[in-house]
Amino acid sequence: MQTSTPLAAGYPVRFYDDGDHHPQQGTLLGFWIYLMSDCLIFAVLFAVYAVLGRGYAAGPSGADLFNLPLVAANTALLLFSSVTYGLAMIGMQHGHKKAVLGWLGVTALFGLGFLGLELFEFSHLIHEGAGPQRSAFLSSFFTLVGTHGLHVTFGTIWLVTLMFQVSRFGLTPENKRRLMCLSMFWHFLDVIWIGVFTFVYLMGVLP
Amino acid sequence: MSEHLHASDDHSHDASGYHASVKGYLTGFLLSVVLTAIPFWLVMAKVLPSSGITALVVLGFAAVQIVVHMVYFLHMNTRVEGGWSMLALLFTGVLVLIMLSGSIWVMYHLNTNMMPVHDMTEMRNMP
Repeated sequence: MQTSTPLAAGYPVRFYDDGDHHPQQGTLLGFWIYLMSDCLIFAVLFAVYAVLGRGYAAGPSGADLFNLPLVAANTALLLFSSVTYGLAMIGMQHGHKKAVLGWLGVTALFGLGFLGLELFEFSHLIHEGAGPQRSAFLSSFFTLVGTHGLHVTFGTIWLVTLMFQVSRFGLTPENKRRLMCLSMFWHFLDVIWIGVFTFVYLMGVLP
Repeated sequence: MSEHLHASDDHSHDASGYHASVKGYLTGFLLSVVLTAIPFWLVMAKVLPSSGITALVVLGFAAVQIVVHMVYFLHMNTRVEGGWSMLALLFTGVLVLIMLSGSIWVMYHLNTNMMPVHDMTEMRNMP
């Protein structure tokens, strides 16, 4: 308890720690930085699509292929899933395990619905002869939209894994941290989808 | 003891800067529905006269909706993680902007500058 330098009389005691917390652990910030690097991957794929997206090679264009009502349904599914994941996070804040599991289940269903519609669209395109090998436009389209779909696939697998974790071990600090990371991941995928439906689908059907 | 543990757990939870509320999610959801529906309507009903204007308007709606998602769903603000999240986001935004605009600029100029030479025999005399 002894200090090496005695306090000079008349000077107020100054603390250099202003009481501000530094984060308890770096996982959330680290995961955010991972998401930012993922954002760069998507930026590269968007750039590729911007450069190659009009290279039809005398094949079909976006206006011929894209089914906007289907895209609107997909957008709605992903937006709903974002909100239901948010409700699961609110359940987590209140410590309601059943609410968390219920909303996560609904989120998983919306995610699977999104994937189902996307796979239906892809198989329809390939069946029509508009597969990724048809033109530069279709190669870049399948790469960009497929990478997003792959992210949603792994997000759904992660979500189901966490449902088992929560139902088995409850809302422990570890599980809360995992749920927060997946929350960022899931909302981030919805942000990327805004870019996809705007830049690829809506601008793709413009004459 | 268990009271104390519980309280400190709540405290660390608050320190992560994550404050979700039903009201925030519903606000974000309603804004997103409007910001999604308008561009789909603009394109599907062919409201605007030229596709260039439509493209610009649709991109503008997308930019606004990305900000709405960042604020209401990802709870992004300058205080999360002591500002480091926002710093990483801004840095990434600048990189994405440079990469997208740079790629498009370079590649479109490449297309105009590398017009195919019709008479290929002339290519032999080229330096």
